[in-house]
Amino acid sequence: MTTASRALPRSLHRTGGADWRGLLFHGLLLVSLVFSLLILFTLITDVLMRGLPVFQERGADFLTRPTSSSPARSGVAQGIFGTLMMAIFVSVVAFPLGIMTAIYLEEYAPDNRLTRLINVNIRNLAGVPSVVYGLLGLSIFVLALGPLTGGKSMIAGGLTLSALVLPIVIITSAEAIRAVPHSLREAGYGVGASRWEVTRLLVLPNAAPGILTGTVLSLSRALGETAPLLLAGAVLGGFSTGSRGLREQLFSDYTVLPVTIFDWSRRAQAEFRDLTAAAIIVLLVITLFANAVAIILRNRYERSW
Amino acid sequence: MPSTLTEPTDRVDGSGNLPTAPRTPATAGVALRMERTAAQPLAGGDADTDPAAEPAVDLRDVSVYYGSFRAVKNITFDVPPNAITSLIGPSGSGKSTLLRAVNRMNDLIPGTRFEGEVLYHGENLYAEQVDPVEVRRRIGMVFQKPNPFPKSIYDNVAFGPRINGFRGKLDEVVESSLRRAALWDEVKDKLKQSGLALSGGQQQRLCIARAIAVQPEIILMDEPASALDPRSTLQIEELMSELKKNYTIIIVTHNMQQAARASDYTVFMNMGEDRAGYIVERSRTTDIFTNPKHQMTEDYVSGRFG
Repeated sequence: MTTASRALPRSLHRTGGADWRGLLFHGLLLVSLVFSLLILFTLITDVLMRGLPVFQERGADFLTRPTSSSPARSGVAQGIFGTLMMAIFVSVVAFPLGIMTAIYLEEYAPDNRLTRLINVNIRNLAGVPSVVYGLLGLSIFVLALGPLTGGKSMIAGGLTLSALVLPIVIITSAEAIRAVPHSLREAGYGVGASRWEVTRLLVLPNAAPGILTGTVLSLSRALGETAPLLLAGAVLGGFSTGSRGLREQLFSDYTVLPVTIFDWSRRAQAEFRDLTAAAIIVLLVITLFANAVAIILRNRYERSW
Repeated sequence: MPSTLTEPTDRVDGSGNLPTAPRTPATAGVALRMERTAAQPLAGGDADTDPAAEPAVDLRDVSVYYGSFRAVKNITFDVPPNAITSLIGPSGSGKSTLLRAVNRMNDLIPGTRFEGEVLYHGENLYAEQVDPVEVRRRIGMVFQKPNPFPKSIYDNVAFGPRINGFRGKLDEVVESSLRRAALWDEVKDKLKQSGLALSGGQQQRLCIARAIAVQPEIILMDEPASALDPRSTLQIEELMSELKKNYTIIIVTHNMQQAARASDYTVFMNMGEDRAGYIVERSRTTDIFTNPKHQMTEDYVSGRFG
């Protein structure tokens, strides 16, 4: 072997000194991860320790009772109902509007200055603090459209949240659509498909998992919002729904779980601390459920493709 | 070869038109919206086309712009039917741009502009009343990178007939298309499997089957074998010479051996001073490779530049 006699410029053996910078970086990454997990762990254990006894003590009673001034008789029924109604509102109003806007912007709109301006503004809207959307909801859906929405009503709240997540839905959907490879569109056009056929048969089914993930994440965000709904009329404290039907409830007082949590956390009685924790558990379960639905739907779509 | 074609002319100004027989008068403008009749294959697959035969497609003074940049300029040539015409030339000479101009694929790229005429059965494909979607049904395309749909093999082939409102036995169309694409024997037992599970060469043949399934008259191929291994490349070339019995094929290739082996006519393009592509020479493939008229062509086909 001729190569054997040729000296290597540098030894292949490990040198004594370790790669300190690399190790340090590695360590920093690990510490960051542990730190994040610790915060999460602390929060969850704290909530569970305080909240679980409430469920043990009261069971389903806590879930079916309305808010009351007495901790022992307070429940989250109204909050759960309000939060689920908000989820329906957002799904029915913001999702179709947002997804269709995204399809238009990505597949149909000409690439000109106006389109780019609109795109930039939608991005900016997604970064606007939610309390600003609350003011928007208050001035438009509660006051200006009061005769139609019933003022501080569930409809006003649902529309406010829909407006809040609309830019996020548009951005995530547009990104999912943009991620569909151009070659796939060309393949479709190449066999004589029209734009509508390419969009419906190729682009949307391929973008569906991404769109679903984005929309449901925005739904979770909407369900966790407190500030905009405080402005848009969610009720702090107890109110009576009486024997109103669903239709009447849409146009009247409502509350949602985050507002209930906010309300209870400020009450004087110490018992409300534990109720707050219990309500947080309920809210977490609902948002986790929404996420689980998204994952299941996404997996189903990915498999069929 | 008994050449019935008149001696090809070649003009450095970019016009490589063969002096073919008088063109049939323009058919009615509604032709592209009517049910198409199957392309009547000429007997056999011989490259020697009937001199009276109408060219499959006829480009007249074509220029394509991307924004203010002119990618190809003043291209004039006709494509003989039931033969393989290859476009060769160095990178940037506008071969793909020209190819995509034939079935209006460039329309999909924002900012492109077209000048000139592409005559197909006497009708200008760029005329106001022509539907580009219909154009692409008649003039199919196979792309550089195999791009099957993320669907089953069956659905890949059936996609075109389905969207075109095919009424008939879809199974038969799928089978005959796959057979013509020389893929049937390999996939007949796994038609339900994803098209993406096939090998690269099989995927490209699937894309050819998909293009055939809508019964186009012309198939455009943009470097169809450049992403494939030599064996798959050879299969594609054999397939092409089989397909030209029924279809007219225009192929862009970087591989000069491929052009020499597989095509009947060759168009050599180059990039001008203004970076716009133009035609240097267009002739029978044998002439281009053995007896080129231009020094530039000779230099290119012998590998001295490009």
